Amino acid sequence: MTTQLLNTLFVQTQGAYLRLDHETLRIEAPDEDGEKELKLRIPLHHLGGVVVFGNVLLSPYLLGQCARDGREVVWCSRSGRFQGRLAGPVSGNVLLRRAQHLALSDPAITLELARQFVLGKVRGARTVLKRALREDTGDAATLEAAVGAHDEAIYRLRGADSVETVRGEEGQAAAVYFAVFHHLIGPIDFRFDGRNRRPPRDPVNAALSFVYTLVRGDCAAALESVGLDPQVGYLHVLRPGRPALALDLMEEFRAWWADRLVLTLINRKQLGLQHFEARPGGAVYLSETGRKEVLTAYQKRKQETVRHRLFKEAVPVGLLPFVQARLLARHLRGDLDAYPPFRAR
Amino acid sequence: MKRIDLLVTYDVDTSTKAGARRLRRVAKVCESFGQRVQYSVFACSVTRAQLEEMEARLLDEMNLQKDSLHLYTLHGGLDRSRRSHGVDPYRDFDDPLIL
Repeated sequence: MTTQLLNTLFVQTQGAYLRLDHETLRIEAPDEDGEKELKLRIPLHHLGGVVVFGNVLLSPYLLGQCARDGREVVWCSRSGRFQGRLAGPVSGNVLLRRAQHLALSDPAITLELARQFVLGKVRGARTVLKRALREDTGDAATLEAAVGAHDEAIYRLRGADSVETVRGEEGQAAAVYFAVFHHLIGPIDFRFDGRNRRPPRDPVNAALSFVYTLVRGDCAAALESVGLDPQVGYLHVLRPGRPALALDLMEEFRAWWADRLVLTLINRKQLGLQHFEARPGGAVYLSETGRKEVLTAYQKRKQETVRHRLFKEAVPVGLLPFVQARLLARHLRGDLDAYPPFRAR
Repeated sequence: MKRIDLLVTYDVDTSTKAGARRLRRVAKVCESFGQRVQYSVFACSVTRAQLEEMEARLLDEMNLQKDSLHLYTLHGGLDRSRRSHGVDPYRDFDDPLIL
């Protein structure tokens, strides 16, 4: 499932029914008269995963087939919050997972991995800020200062001697980044006063949260496909049900992939305030049409290629989590001295 | 793995009950690998291995004394090979699939 970028099917039509017909997936949904209507039929081999929102049913046979093939199935709430994913027979080899656990009990390896994940994140954020500087959006002096703060964080991270210090640097850098993030947003009707979540309380945060959910899902799937346990992480503290390693891996993608996508959609006015819905209690979520805009852009972005410094090759953005997961596996097996996070230009 | 774009066309002699059954089964195999663009015409985007598997399974279902099968490889891909007019149910399965 991993050597090529397979498409992901997103279904948010409420009441839709997905079922297996030989080797094709059929999507049926009620039409206006409540009659069952065939919406789409697609050969399974085109799909790497299925993501469904809210009241969407999947037949047991379809689920069984997906589990056997290692095809990702993710359930989200109607508003796009991650709820769960299908776990098939545990993939990969047990020696790799053992190495993954052993690394966690080795403070030196844990520190080094945590450092690399945060370095990946901070460098990515710095790239986004520098690009904003080049494109001359927002206040140059403020952005310069933020870039400088990121440079210092990178310098200090190199010398950090405990995971706690690494986490502290990450928090500080994120605070600097989100304090200037509103400079990167063009349209004045979008305000941003810092990151908030659970629930997001403004449109920008709602869009960010939604895209993070997508990237996190892709990271978890990538890790699982190379045989790593998405729950055993190094930077993120282990908690029951928390995909700590998926969260670790997505750090290097957050800024230049997820944040840039949200910024582009807002700045190009593909996303407007009409694409968001306020809920009681101050929560704000993307509407169904808003989610469609974001998902379309997200899928298109996954097909674009970027150059990978290590392989000197063009890699589709959507395959980067797989490429990085493989590098991580090689490092944990001892075939690679250090884990190299992806560096965007 | 590179994918190959294919056009699959067939004729199945349906004058007998067995022929009608072959037609249904041939269509099912084609649906498993591609999509119908006209009666008895399917567009498929498959890997080399899937192409071999599809061909073998189609030949298993068919009676070559009575039926025929043509597989056309579209070099340069379907997009560059086709000009279409009229009712067109074709959907690129690599485009975002959001329902």
